[in-house]
Amino acid sequence: MKGAGRLEGGTFGSIQEVREGLGRVGYVADERIAGVVYLARRLGKPVLVEGPAGTGKTQLAKSVAEMAESRLIRLQCYEGLDEAKALYEWDYRKQLLRIQAEPSAPSWRALEADIFSEDFLLTRPLLEAIRSDEPVVLLVDEIDRVEPETEALLLEVLSEYQVSIPELGTIRATRVPMVLLTSNNTRELSEALKRRCLYLHVDYPGLERERDIVLRRVPGIAEELADQVARIVRSLRSLELRKPPSVAETLDWARTLVILGIESVDAASAADTLHVLLKYRQDIERAAKELLAADA
Amino acid sequence: MLELLSGFVGELRSAGLPVSLTEHLDAARALKHVPLEDRDALGVALGATLVKSAGHWPAFETAFEVYFSARLAPRAQAGEEGAGDVPPKGSRAAPRSCPADAPPDAAVTPEGAGAEPMSPTELASLLLQAMRRGDPALAAALARHAVDRYAALELGRPVGGTYYLHRTLRHLDLEGLLQRLLEAERHERELTALEERLIADEYRARIAALRKAVEAEIRRRLLLDRGARALARSVRQPLPEDVDVMHASREELAALQRALQPLSRRLAARLGHKRRHRRDGAPDFRATMRRSLSTGGVPVEPRFRHPRPSKPEIFVIADVSGSVASFARFTLELMYAISAQFSRVRSFVFVDGIDEVTHVFERADEPGVAVRRIMDEADVVWLDGHSDYGHALCEFDRRWGAEITSRATLLVLGDARNNYHASGAWALQGLRRRARRVYWLNPEPREYWGSGDSILAEYAIHCDAVVECRTLRQLERFVAELA
Repeated sequence: MKGAGRLEGGTFGSIQEVREGLGRVGYVADERIAGVVYLARRLGKPVLVEGPAGTGKTQLAKSVAEMAESRLIRLQCYEGLDEAKALYEWDYRKQLLRIQAEPSAPSWRALEADIFSEDFLLTRPLLEAIRSDEPVVLLVDEIDRVEPETEALLLEVLSEYQVSIPELGTIRATRVPMVLLTSNNTRELSEALKRRCLYLHVDYPGLERERDIVLRRVPGIAEELADQVARIVRSLRSLELRKPPSVAETLDWARTLVILGIESVDAASAADTLHVLLKYRQDIERAAKELLAADA
Repeated sequence: MLELLSGFVGELRSAGLPVSLTEHLDAARALKHVPLEDRDALGVALGATLVKSAGHWPAFETAFEVYFSARLAPRAQAGEEGAGDVPPKGSRAAPRSCPADAPPDAAVTPEGAGAEPMSPTELASLLLQAMRRGDPALAAALARHAVDRYAALELGRPVGGTYYLHRTLRHLDLEGLLQRLLEAERHERELTALEERLIADEYRARIAALRKAVEAEIRRRLLLDRGARALARSVRQPLPEDVDVMHASREELAALQRALQPLSRRLAARLGHKRRHRRDGAPDFRATMRRSLSTGGVPVEPRFRHPRPSKPEIFVIADVSGSVASFARFTLELMYAISAQFSRVRSFVFVDGIDEVTHVFERADEPGVAVRRIMDEADVVWLDGHSDYGHALCEFDRRWGAEITSRATLLVLGDARNNYHASGAWALQGLRRRARRVYWLNPEPREYWGSGDSILAEYAIHCDAVVECRTLRQLERFVAELA
C-alpha cells in the first residue's frame, strides 16, 4: 500500500515492537492486539475492534495515537449522524456573506467557483483525517450506533482513503491514516464494512494480563494486591452476572482499595467496596452470597 | 503456502464462515508481513483477515489447529516422538483409588514423565503436583502421557476424537482431581470462604488448560494419521446459531446460552429501531393541507400519520417434556428478553397437564433464572408425564380460552408427538377463530413431521403458519417477523 511506509519507522517494525511500544505508553497489549495493530499499519487497512463495554477499545486507539506520536481525530457515532456531521459541510453563512459583500455582481461562474472553494468548506472528522498533513489516527467510536444506511458513508473513506465532494472533486489522503472503529456489538454490522476491515475481538483479559494492567495503571499498588484484585475479578466474571465487571471497573476498584489503604482484600473490605465493581443490586447480592458466603 | 491457505479458506467456508474473495486476498497479503514459522503470529494474521465475528472464532481456531499446528509445532512440543507410535492397549486401570495425600515426588522432570511408563497412581500423583505448582510444561508432558495410555486411538477410523477425549478424561478424573487439590489446600491451613473460592477458580483454570492440552494432543495424533483435510471434516463444529437445539450436547447448549443474550439484545435494538422509523403510516390529510399553504395551496409534499403499530399480546404454549424442553427454554427466554416489543407475554407450559408460568417470569429479575425455575414449580403432569397435546390444548381452552381476543397471538412450541392420544385439534380450531394469529414452532426437521406419532398435520390446518425452528438463526428470523 502506498504511503504506508511513512509511519512505520521504529515502532511498527514487528509485532514485538508494537507490543513494546504500546507498553511504553501504558497499554498492556496481548499478542493478538499487537499483531492486528501491526498488520493494520502494514496493510494500510482499518481495524474493527469489537468486544464488551469497558475492555479498553477506545483506549487502544488513544494509545496507538500516542505511541505513533500522531494526532487522534475522533468521530463519536450516534443515531442520526449524517454526512454533514461526519464528512464535510458547506459553510453557507460564509457563502451568503461573500455574495452580499460584493455589491457589483460578478459573473455567476466566477462567483460559483469562488464560493465552492476550500475556504468555504467545513471539514468534519472524516475529511479532516484524510486531509491532514501530519500523521493521524482516526477513531470512529461506537460505529454500531449509527443506522445501517449511514454506515455506507464510511465505505469510501475506509477502502480508498478518499472523499468525493461533487463541487470540488475527489480529495485523496496525502498519507494513509491509521483507522480504528469500535463497536459494542449491539447490532450486526454490514458485510461491506466488515470486509474492508481487519477484525479484532477484545474480550475480558486473562488473569496475568489483567494483573499487569492494574499494576500499570494504578499508581502505588502493591503486587500482591493487584494479583488478588485480578483473581477476585476473574471469579466474579465466572458467575452469571447481568453485567460482569469491566476492566475500567477493575481499575476503579483497585484505586478505591489503594485510597482506602487496604493492603489485602478480605471478605469484609470486599463487601464494602463491591459497589464500585458491580452496578446492579442483584449482581452485588449474588456476588456477596457466592464469594463471601461464610463471613458476610 | 498459498495452496495451503486456499485449502484452509475452503475449510472455513465449509464450516459455514462467510469468507469473501477480498478477505482471502487480504489474508495472503497479511502472510507476507508475519514470520511464517511463528504459529501465534500466523494465527493472528489469518484470524484478523478471515474471521469477522466473535462467534465464528471457535470454528476458526479448530480449523487453524488442524491445518497449521502440526506443521508448525508450538515451541514446547517440538521434537516429540514420531507418527507411528501406537499407544499401549490394555493398560486401562482406573487411577481413581489414588489417595489424596500421595507423596510428593518432585524429582521427576517433565522429560522423564514423557518417556517412562508410569503406573496410574504415579500419573495421578504427578498430575496433582503439576496442578498445584501450576507447571505448564509438566502438565503438557502428562497430557501426552495420558493420551498414550488411555485414549487407545484406533488409527484409520474417520472420527473426530471426541470419543477419545472423553475416554482419556474419564480416566484422569478431573472432577476428583479438583476435590483432591482443594482438600490438600484445606489440609495445609484454614481458608476463608473467599480464599477458598479464589483457589478453586485458579485450579479450575489450570484443569481447563490441561483438558485443552489433552484435546490438542489427540488432534495432533489424528492429524498425523489422516491428514488435515479428512480430520477437518470430522472435527468441524457448527456455528452456535446453526446448532440443532434438539440434539445439542451440553457444551453446545452452554454456547447457545451465551449466544442468546447478545442475540436478544440485537433483536430488541433492531425491532425498536424498526418501530420508530417505519414510514408507512396512513396519509394525514389535515397536515398535508396545512403544509400546502407554503406552496400556494398545492399539496406538493404529502404528510403521513405516525404509524402506531399495535403491540401484539403473546401467548406462548410450550411443550416442556424431555426432548423439546431445551427448545422451549430458549424460545421462552428469547420472548421475555424482548418482551418490551409486545404489550404482554403470557406463558404456559405443559406435558400432559398445563400450567401458567407468567408469574414466574414476572417475579424473577432475569428470564434465564425464571426458565430454570419453571421446571421445578410448574404443575405440568396430569397422568403419566408423557406429552399429550390434546389434553393440554383442551385444558388451555377451558381455563384461559375466554382471554384469547383478537389482539392475541398464539405460539405453540412442540414437536406434536402426541404418544397416540386424541389430538384435540378442535380446541385449537376454536382458539384460532378468536385469536389474531396462531403459529406453531416445531424444533424437528421438516422431513420428520407427521412420521411416527407426530400428528402435526392435524394441527397444521388450524394454524396460520407452521415454522421449522431448529436453530437459533431460524428462531431469530421468526421472532423478528412476529414483532
